[in-house]
Amino acid sequence: MSKVISFKKGADIILKGKAKEVICDNVISESFAIQPDDFFSLVPKLEIRENDNISQGSPIFYDKKNPNIKFVSPVSGVISKIVRGPKRKIESVEIEFNGDKKIIHEIPKKLSRENIIQLLTLSGCWAFIRQRPYNVIANPNDIPKSILISCFTSAPLDVDFDFILKNNQKDFQKGIDILNKLSNGKTIVTVNSESNTFFDKINNVEIIKINGPHPSSNPSVQIQKISPINMGDKVWVLRPEDVVNIGLFFKTGIYQAQRTIAVAGSSVESPQYFKTKIGVKIEKLIEVAKLKTKGNVRYINGDVLSGSITSRESHIGFYNNLLTIIPEGNKYRMFGWLPFVDNNIPSLSRTSFSWLFSNKSFDIDTNLNGEERALVVTGEMEKVFPMDIYPMQLLKICMTGDIEKMEAFGIYEVVPEDFGLIDYSSTSKIEAQEIISDAIELMLKEVG
Amino acid sequence: MNFLRKKLDDIKRPFAKGEKWEKLAPAINAFDTFLFVPNHTTQKGAHIRDAVDLKRTMVTVIIALIPALLYGIYNTGFQYLIQTETNFTFIDAFIHGSLKVLPMVVVSYVVGLTIEFAFAVYRGHEVNEGYLVTGMLIPMIMPVDIPLWMVAISTAFAVIIAKEAFGGTGMNILNPALTARAFAFFAYPTYMSGNKVWVSEASMVDGVSGETILGSLAAGQQVSYSMIDMFSGSIPGSIAETSTLWILVGALILILTGVGSWRIMIGGVIGASIMGILFNLWGANPLMSFNWINHLIVGGFAFGIVFMATDPVSAAQTEKGKWIYGVLVGIFCIMIRVFNPAYPEGVMLAILLMNVFAPTIDHYVYNSNINRRIKRWELSKVKTA
Repeated sequence: MSKVISFKKGADIILKGKAKEVICDNVISESFAIQPDDFFSLVPKLEIRENDNISQGSPIFYDKKNPNIKFVSPVSGVISKIVRGPKRKIESVEIEFNGDKKIIHEIPKKLSRENIIQLLTLSGCWAFIRQRPYNVIANPNDIPKSILISCFTSAPLDVDFDFILKNNQKDFQKGIDILNKLSNGKTIVTVNSESNTFFDKINNVEIIKINGPHPSSNPSVQIQKISPINMGDKVWVLRPEDVVNIGLFFKTGIYQAQRTIAVAGSSVESPQYFKTKIGVKIEKLIEVAKLKTKGNVRYINGDVLSGSITSRESHIGFYNNLLTIIPEGNKYRMFGWLPFVDNNIPSLSRTSFSWLFSNKSFDIDTNLNGEERALVVTGEMEKVFPMDIYPMQLLKICMTGDIEKMEAFGIYEVVPEDFGLIDYSSTSKIEAQEIISDAIELMLKEVG
Repeated sequence: MNFLRKKLDDIKRPFAKGEKWEKLAPAINAFDTFLFVPNHTTQKGAHIRDAVDLKRTMVTVIIALIPALLYGIYNTGFQYLIQTETNFTFIDAFIHGSLKVLPMVVVSYVVGLTIEFAFAVYRGHEVNEGYLVTGMLIPMIMPVDIPLWMVAISTAFAVIIAKEAFGGTGMNILNPALTARAFAFFAYPTYMSGNKVWVSEASMVDGVSGETILGSLAAGQQVSYSMIDMFSGSIPGSIAETSTLWILVGALILILTGVGSWRIMIGGVIGASIMGILFNLWGANPLMSFNWINHLIVGGFAFGIVFMATDPVSAAQTEKGKWIYGVLVGIFCIMIRVFNPAYPEGVMLAILLMNVFAPTIDHYVYNSNINRRIKRWELSKVKTA
């Protein structure tokens, strides 16, 4: 019997437009991109120029702080555009897909830890490994306390990894076996206690069953119960499909960049899955999934709580398995602030009747439903934050930028996505994720 | 709706960024957002947001206050007419009460909101809704005969000194409404205590008098009201604090909607009961031997613990802290009542005292969390060393 951990705090928000369990794998996009902003606090150094011909697995840029860590092309083709923002910051490197050139690495029979690290960093697979604290790409020189892979999702409309990886069971196992050689501690796979998945049958890992509402699938929430982060500890986290990518790389010697993406949300006519490569252009997926409305919609790389704004012309993020599309909410609601009106908007507060229909799926837009105010209401953040941390106090300390207190209040244990539900439920409409993200950036600068 | 929206957009044009009256925008926005929830969309962080906002929360508190306020208005008339007339109807009482109470509500809102708007414009932030509740609370906890200018000055003192001086909504240490009452209590004691202030026009009509129950107990007199009177609230007292029944209805609204903290309310009742029972056992004077259950239903205890102690800004903010804070408010309330007959109304001072200590309570709750974390760090160091 594997261990079961239950969480009580949190909330499941059920939205309309969940992806149907259909995988469309014949979409051929001519455009892919790799976007440095997907990697928190990374400073990229380009290795290519516009119009260069590249192969699948060719390095595009490397990490300035750690030049061994390469970020490579998911497909072969031509660098069509390097998009730069203010101060010439690289925002996106776009690749026009053509040809079938691949860089093939030779995989030795006997793999030492050094071999593995060298292969992972050179091949581009190292970017799949992120460390806690801070959620930055792991440092190859560290030895992690443990490695955690959360194999289920609890965020609204998020994907079913058991479904999308069902044909990759062997590759997943292979990936796990490789990762096991990188740490001295345990490798942990967490699954939902309510469903049976192939992840239960994976060997050489500790399987832990989790139940409870969102954010129970967030690695931070699980880590604090399973292997809490102390000052100086490093825990590595990966997403399940990236474990498969590592397994595939060690099987074939090729950076496969497999990515299965769910296009979901109430604005999508036929929400479904797409099997493609990392960084595919969003427009191509929309052509198949189709939008319901001609009106204004919000494209979100990731889930509605912690994803980032993107656009039809942009590309799917490096780590994302989900593209959510919901209507924009730039409209007025007369007397909408009165209690118990507009019950069609989901609410965790009982000042609306919507809690009575908590099993109903909601069609929600991006309206702020109010304006930013001073922090008045207490106790609401704790209700959706299943960690042994006082979220409101941590946020206030983060705003003051007092590093010692931030450490004491638990900044090492959280990442912005853990505050998604706090953003959502806040009466004062504060931007908790932004505060935490800024605080982590400060920690990286001052403490490292 | 569209017509109204267009009209509003026209009116708001000169207040837009870069226009003539840009600085006054918070004032016009405050009116606009009372008609329409704005069309703002999420720009960062979570893309979807809960339907709740501060306006909705504050309006819920006001709804919870209405039963007590309506009863208070009726009781104001009732206490006056029962002593002057032999024959009067419910409507008569209500009309007399309205004429007395509504001007106080208007003064409190006008003075308070004017200051709030001025500070919002000066500081360049939107007008916070917190004052909607404070402005309603201030008249509700005043004696009915207090002159309107005193209400105005107390309100101004509370908003400027207790709230804005600390940084505005969300930053204040003391509950602003109670600060207004405490100011009036110490600045104009003759209008705030004694036996001539609790019944309207008592000081002008001979023979009319009304002593609060706690006041007469403190003076060593017997209480002539039954427990039913005390519970239903047909007794003299500050405008809306007399009826435990209607306050409980408000408490129910606050607890069911999750707006008020049930931990503080229950904690307060527990604290006051313990203290009341202990004093009953002691029984050295009429206030001590006054039945502990009656202690819970007379005076401002019920009103204070339901509507004032639960103010989230000035109360303790952690779950554990709320329990401790609530219990201590209850204990101190009864203790002040019994030990200091000059202040028969202990709940005001008890809450203000605990407002000051709430951050200290939270500090210790936070510290236990921090110590747990640091202990874990040290343990892990020992293990790896």
